Amino acid sequence: MKVTEIFNDMSYGPAPEANDSVKDWLANKGQGFGLFIDGQWQQSDNAKTFETKNPATGDVLGTITQATETDIDKAVAAAKSAQPEWQALGSHGRARYLYAIARVLQKRARQFAVLESMDNGKPIRESRDIDVPLLIRHFYHHAGWAQLLDSEFPEFEAVGVVGQIIPWNFPLLMAAWKIAPALAAGNCVVLKPAEYTSLTALMLAEVFEEVNLPKGVVNIVTGDGSVGESIVTHPDINKIAFTGSTNVGRMIREKTAGSGKKLTLELGGKSPFVVFADADLDSAVEGLVDAIWFNQGQVCCAGSRLLVQEGVADEFIEKVKRRLNNLRIGDPLDKNTDVGAIVDPVQRERIDALVNQSVEQGADLWQPDSQLPQDGCFYPPTLLCNVESSNVAANVEIFGPVLSVMTFRHQPEAIDLANNTRYGLAASVWSENINKALDVAPQLKAGVVWVNSTNQFDAACGFGGYKESGLGREGGKEGMYEYLKPKANSVTKNQPSNATQDPKTKLQPVAGIPGIDQTAKHYINGKQARADNGNTIKVLSSDGQTLGRVGEGNRKDIRNAVEAAHKAASWAKTDTHLRAQLLYYIAENLSYRRAEFCQRLVSFGTQSQSQAEAEFDTAIERLFTYSAWTDKYEGRVHQPPLKGVTLAMNEPLGILGIACPDESPLLAFVTMLAPAIAMGNRVVVVPSQKMPLLATDFYQIIETSDIPAGVINIVTGERDGLVKVLADHDQVDGVWYQGSAEGSQQVELASAANLKRTWVNYGKAHDWYANDVSQQLLREACEVKNIWIPYGD
Amino acid sequence: MSKKDTVRNNVEPIVKGTKTSNQHSIDEHTVHNPGVPLTVDWLNDIRVNLSAVQRRTKSLTARRSLKKNYQAAWLLKAISCIDLTTLSGQDTPGKVKRLCAKAKYPLNLDIQKALGVESLGITTGAVCVYHEMVDTAVNALAGTNIPVAAVSTGFPAGLAPMETRLEEIKRSVAAGAKEIDIVITRAHVLNGNWQALYDEVKAFKKACGEAHMKTIISTGELSTLSNVAKASMVSMMAGSDFIKTSTGMESTNATLPVSLVMIRMIRHYHDLTGFRVGFKPAGGISTAKDAINYLVLMKEELGDTWLNPEMFRFGASSLLADIERQLEHHVTGRYSANYHHPMG
Repeated sequence: MKVTEIFNDMSYGPAPEANDSVKDWLANKGQGFGLFIDGQWQQSDNAKTFETKNPATGDVLGTITQATETDIDKAVAAAKSAQPEWQALGSHGRARYLYAIARVLQKRARQFAVLESMDNGKPIRESRDIDVPLLIRHFYHHAGWAQLLDSEFPEFEAVGVVGQIIPWNFPLLMAAWKIAPALAAGNCVVLKPAEYTSLTALMLAEVFEEVNLPKGVVNIVTGDGSVGESIVTHPDINKIAFTGSTNVGRMIREKTAGSGKKLTLELGGKSPFVVFADADLDSAVEGLVDAIWFNQGQVCCAGSRLLVQEGVADEFIEKVKRRLNNLRIGDPLDKNTDVGAIVDPVQRERIDALVNQSVEQGADLWQPDSQLPQDGCFYPPTLLCNVESSNVAANVEIFGPVLSVMTFRHQPEAIDLANNTRYGLAASVWSENINKALDVAPQLKAGVVWVNSTNQFDAACGFGGYKESGLGREGGKEGMYEYLKPKANSVTKNQPSNATQDPKTKLQPVAGIPGIDQTAKHYINGKQARADNGNTIKVLSSDGQTLGRVGEGNRKDIRNAVEAAHKAASWAKTDTHLRAQLLYYIAENLSYRRAEFCQRLVSFGTQSQSQAEAEFDTAIERLFTYSAWTDKYEGRVHQPPLKGVTLAMNEPLGILGIACPDESPLLAFVTMLAPAIAMGNRVVVVPSQKMPLLATDFYQIIETSDIPAGVINIVTGERDGLVKVLADHDQVDGVWYQGSAEGSQQVELASAANLKRTWVNYGKAHDWYANDVSQQLLREACEVKNIWIPYGD
Repeated sequence: MSKKDTVRNNVEPIVKGTKTSNQHSIDEHTVHNPGVPLTVDWLNDIRVNLSAVQRRTKSLTARRSLKKNYQAAWLLKAISCIDLTTLSGQDTPGKVKRLCAKAKYPLNLDIQKALGVESLGITTGAVCVYHEMVDTAVNALAGTNIPVAAVSTGFPAGLAPMETRLEEIKRSVAAGAKEIDIVITRAHVLNGNWQALYDEVKAFKKACGEAHMKTIISTGELSTLSNVAKASMVSMMAGSDFIKTSTGMESTNATLPVSLVMIRMIRHYHDLTGFRVGFKPAGGISTAKDAINYLVLMKEELGDTWLNPEMFRFGASSLLADIERQLEHHVTGRYSANYHHPMG
């Protein structure tokens, strides 16, 4: 166009990012990309391959190898053999490598950004200004964790070989989120990039070569879902880290159940974007653009559900529409493009189908007038207004540039609507009243809450979901724990649970006249409750004498107990000082009955008096330990690069099912119960199946210690059957199981349905006397919520 | 919540004059803002979040890029929007005449020919001086359409007696100033005395008569963005034709964040009343890149209607020199030297 014409119409014109060097790089790989295994590029002659395309143009960018099971075996073997040496390299040695990686990435930043945009379709502005800087920051930050590992995590060590499967929406960033902490902690990695977007991970392998990362420390294998499946089921992999859809995440949970593989899952979301009437509405509109039109809405934490207060809803929607008319949709490599291409036609069709379904269900569709490019895979920014809670667009993750609009009347309704979802990844809260924002943020069931901002990320701040949005955290100190395990021999004794005790410790049953018949009931909602089926079961000593009877719990008893726990939600809000006092009070009341409890322990015939006394005294000490932690197990204040803070708050999981082992029946019961309630959870406990009377004796202690009704519920009976009901119960947020290997597998398998948190022992007995279990259970009893609070006026 | 209906229905924008110009092909009608009664509710609804505003301006400048002819055309537009300014105790008629000559011919003819833009007849938007220099400037610019703007009302602090401030406006208008840049009493904003601010600006507007009034709210002295927003809104309600960031004499002058807040208020005022108010960032804008950032901000937040000297001005003294050098580079491919371009 002539200068005079532009002077009059003031248009932007094209501003293409040069991609010559990336084209050359791709041309050099004309024969196709191999697999990066054991520091070598490997490709067998008859390997199957597939093409990877630029979604904005349809051009073929390269040929990718479909890895076979043999390839995965090789990659895992390479990682396994590299791992001991990598770990032995020590904190500083690993820090040097991670630092070197960050430095090289910085030098090749532009090339990575261009390739990412070509392969994925995201605007160059985003890959250049967001993805790649965060990638580099992640390696620098974790070079730091590598350096500090020995001093900050003295009781922990690397998990071993880690299998990592990443999605196509942030190919590079997700690779960094996975690889950096794994390497920092001393693990070796087998990583599979997404089928649509393998290229930048392969370029990343070149960086590993350039810094001479030891062979086998990172292996990159490409291919479709079957490759992922081989990784997930590989027996020599100790941990799986996955980012992707909730359905696949659930499948991974099922396939790894009982295997002992550690698991982190970053899954889907339907994150609320809550706008109160007293928000800076213009800024909230921009926030919304960053929330749902960032990366074409293909973001797991996309703010896809707008909840706007009724009084300002019309005004706000008008502002959103006006803003959408200004969004520029087109060539991802143009620096003026706001919205790029959808990653693949398959995804575009899925988005379209969901939008149509939503409209059929009554939503009002609005799209801006802006022209879409003729060719390529694009979808317009879309508003779905008047979306009711039952509409598909209010519930299903669309993973595209589509915003569902709902309104609310007041704060409680905003919170209810925000939490009315299976997901719990992220949330935004917009209000200029900081009192309100900071009141709302903790009430939102989400792993990340952004106050007056959205889609903020930093390597120092944990990221991850509640509920069906996943398990575990990535980033920050909380993310490091996901790649570490307690040092061998400290927590698990390598012996089967429920092992028969040494016969020498067996004592004679208590002598004397026959006792009064004792039939203990369940303890539900602060009251003793008869078993639903009216049956009782005998409790026997080791030599077969009847010691008493307990209720035979069934599904309905568990249901009632969970119901009671659900109603006791205010326990989570009880202040920590009071919770600590109540735990001390339990210890005090228990201590008065030392003789009786010791006698009970001895009565089972497996412990001597002195052993019983030791168990009892340790249980009292344990109660003191967790009372002490109640007001000290605190969150952190992260300081990401912004004017503001990020609060990493520990929040209770909610309702926890606890199944106790038969070993150390009192101590194990107390050690699991105390941290759970100390952190604000409500519990349904299934006590030791063989020695339940210790727990039923205990509820008198609970009653006299002023614990509110419903906080602790005890259901006796067949442990594995009852815990299955708990693991299947969608209102239950976590299950701790200490029993057999089969029972552990059952719990992990059943928990996949709503992705509840689990802590199981795979049939290996814990040493309940070891002190170092305490912090681990506190961590297991909490979710970390990161609340971003920018400030300034 | 029907704020929008409050005024629009009974007050229409007033279109006055038929000033013609060969500079711009768009509608040349000068739109005056007659103002509206002080409506405190509109102020109570104002909320500004600093960090979100900063994020917007930071990302916006990275979101838009202008290349080649587009960059040249936008820089020409920037020239046409400059209030070429001299506000120094050292100003003399000689200096002002030289400045006016520069305003008439802001760009070397060779460069204009190479760009093929002679037909645009590019001049700066105005020349901006103290009252004492108005007469000189008016004479120097005789025969052009370039208006003379006078800073007024006890510029820069605005703490002279009300009578003399009003008299200053009247004398400048009488001397031929078509535009008056007034300053407000910052204390009214800091103390939340909106009625006093409204009355003051309204009195100035009356004194301006037909002259265009630009209200300098002096953002660097208002402490918070909320104050910036409210001062902007009150100034518009009182009839300002333009709102302007700064005198150029504060320790912090125009910035993108305060500009974003002000132009969002302009948009809001337009939504509420139907009146369009112009915007003038001033002070500290000295590079071609800065100028483009401001134009992008205007285009994105207010739209193309505001991308012309009737609705947008830069208050700047050294900006033109940098634009000239960039345009010469565009034409020749060689980096330019300052001494290639006539001084203003």
